[in-house]
Amino acid sequence: MPGLQRAPQKTITPVLMTNAFPKTSFLYPYRHLLGIASLSAADIHGLLDLAEAEVIQSRQVDKKKDTLRGRTLINLFFEPSTRTQSSFELAGKRLGADVLNMAIGKSSMEKGETLIDTAMTLNAMRPDILVVRHHAAGAAELLSQKMDCAVINAGDGAHEHPTQALLDALTVRRRKGAIAGLTVAICGDILHSRVARSNIILLNALGAKVRVIGPSTLLPRNSSTMGVEAFTDMRRGLDGVDVIMMLRLQRERMVSALIPSTREYFRFFGLDEEKVKWAKPDSIVMHPGPINRGVEIDSWIADDVRSVIREQVEMGIAVRMAVLQALAQHLPND
Amino acid sequence: MTDQTPLLLVNARIVCPASGRDEHGGALIENGAIGDFGAHLRAAAIKGRGIDCGGAVLTPGIIDMQTFTGEPGAEHRETLATASRSAAAGGVTTFIVMPDTQPVIDDAAMVDYIERAARATAIVNVHPMAALTKRLEGREMAEIGLLQAAGAVAFTNGRASIADARIMRLLLDYAKDLNALVVHYPEEQTLARGAVMNDGEIATRLGLPGSACEAETIIVDRDVRLAALTGGRYHASTISCAASLDVIASAKRRGLRVTCGAAIANLALTEADVGPYRTYFKVKPPLRTEDERRALVAGVASGLIDVIVSNHDPQDVDGKRLPFEEAAYGAIGLETMLPAALELHLRGEIELLPLLAAMSHRPAALLGLQGGALTLGSPADLTLVSLNAPWRVEAKKLRSKSKNAVFDERIFQARVLKTFVAGKMVYEDAASCL
Repeated sequence: MPGLQRAPQKTITPVLMTNAFPKTSFLYPYRHLLGIASLSAADIHGLLDLAEAEVIQSRQVDKKKDTLRGRTLINLFFEPSTRTQSSFELAGKRLGADVLNMAIGKSSMEKGETLIDTAMTLNAMRPDILVVRHHAAGAAELLSQKMDCAVINAGDGAHEHPTQALLDALTVRRRKGAIAGLTVAICGDILHSRVARSNIILLNALGAKVRVIGPSTLLPRNSSTMGVEAFTDMRRGLDGVDVIMMLRLQRERMVSALIPSTREYFRFFGLDEEKVKWAKPDSIVMHPGPINRGVEIDSWIADDVRSVIREQVEMGIAVRMAVLQALAQHLPND
Repeated sequence: MTDQTPLLLVNARIVCPASGRDEHGGALIENGAIGDFGAHLRAAAIKGRGIDCGGAVLTPGIIDMQTFTGEPGAEHRETLATASRSAAAGGVTTFIVMPDTQPVIDDAAMVDYIERAARATAIVNVHPMAALTKRLEGREMAEIGLLQAAGAVAFTNGRASIADARIMRLLLDYAKDLNALVVHYPEEQTLARGAVMNDGEIATRLGLPGSACEAETIIVDRDVRLAALTGGRYHASTISCAASLDVIASAKRRGLRVTCGAAIANLALTEADVGPYRTYFKVKPPLRTEDERRALVAGVASGLIDVIVSNHDPQDVDGKRLPFEEAAYGAIGLETMLPAALELHLRGEIELLPLLAAMSHRPAALLGLQGGALTLGSPADLTLVSLNAPWRVEAKKLRSKSKNAVFDERIFQARVLKTFVAGKMVYEDAASCL
């Protein structure tokens, strides 16, 4: 593509290094991580500071620490996920935990075992940390009430996906220096997206201006109470923004008549060469993955220098290591 | 058992919304009926048995026109006997059971069964409301005439709204010939598809699919038009928003035979009570915003809303201990309806007379039942309730078999002290034996 360069294969040198953040005695105040909504700005920065150190750790030859040695981490996934699950798995292993992946397929749910039954069974296996993804909003909250261990929400329905928001924040903070004062546009299916919800809450907490862009059928009806400005015209929405967060468009959305077709969606809400020009020249493009090339994002933009999509994946492991360590502060020692 | 001995209740605040009476006085129960009442009955008049009511409110027994039970079919959730004990403890002397049972009350034999089972096991008056359509499927008309002859007091499709407008028209038309009341839960099912709570800020934050008020108002509007077309008697069972009230108001202004009810949960609670996915607050109609709640209370005060119902719907723990989207709808309410309603009065939101009217003589008039008013010679169905005897609701201690109570841990100022059905005391508050 003319005028655009391929992203360098080498990892980008971070703008801010660990030393830039004075080591504080950060104490994470909760037993669980169920959502961003319960976190303060200080909690978020504390977790991001911890994650900075893990970025360094993860770039070493010996990536292993023994913070969680002897601990058991269970990844309980009721929805298929490759990225989030492997990211948590690596994070747990790098901290020395024993990691068990449990993918609960539709079939076992159809056998009638309820979420609580599953929780009770797992509880008897004495895990220390449970990472859960479930198709119903509030499932992580429900589990946390019934389990003796720490619970991390890895996505519950259309509610929250806190580690995704944290890794996005870490990526932005390293690229832009700070989050306060930035204008961030989140584009796509806001209504059904837990990633959007967690990001909106986090970015507001840290003082960014948040815009959401999408057709009205995919936007919440009451955007203003969420602290966001809603746009149905992508160009106006992208005008002068520092960060563009694209969301994945689920194929089911066509079936349920929320949008007519992927090609019409791409025409109006796909990030392409023309639309991306409305954002600031130094803006960055993010996507939680996996990307639908040609549906929500033009293929070459995904690979352009502005794109930090692969960096997000790297930050994902660091953030999850930080969260696991933060929760480990509260695990019983005897 | 000593019903033959006259019983005199004195030093009570006699409140009868039917006559607008609100005075200090007493009431005499004789042979299970109201022998006398009024300001002239004082302690000095006590010859046989007498009770000093300590200034508590004595009012016609509360009538609840929407109670779901599990009998027959789901007796583990609720039986007529347990529901009736719950009712008695809540000052409810008559409740109407909904036809959503297994099998459905869509056959005269089922009406007969309910009446016999109630006579044998229930301690308050129980009447069945029968199904409008066979198996409540919304397709074939139930035997409205035969069901009415067997004793069904009204006809409803229960929890399910009738989607087919033509069927609704025919039902209203046919029921009109029998002067039968059509009670309908208004919900446009396609608009509310998948929704589990009110469509608003809380739903957005929780990531839950919401149902807009329009899903209700569209059907209320449709039904009112069909009531106008047919001349049938129509009652919207539970409305939850101001827009639906507007439709009802305009229907009433035009003189249509249209009435409506509201559930106590919608009068007392809002969507904010759902909080962190509390499934006990998953009810139909959904809890709405504070603005809508206030509009409903104002509707009761003005008489635009004719009745308040408990919408008592017992659900077992397994149905509620699930993620919010998958959990069952419903909350129990027989035992807490009156205290929760009186709380609205004590907070200054509504006068006592219109509030009690919506739970006594208005439902009685709508359903053609005895009671709901203080009349000489009528069965002594009476509720004695103190407005100043605070208590804390403990779901565990409620008499319903199921414990899905939205008012768990609430402190109410109003407490039911005694409940009489046909002169017999069916409930007496243990802590405050007078």
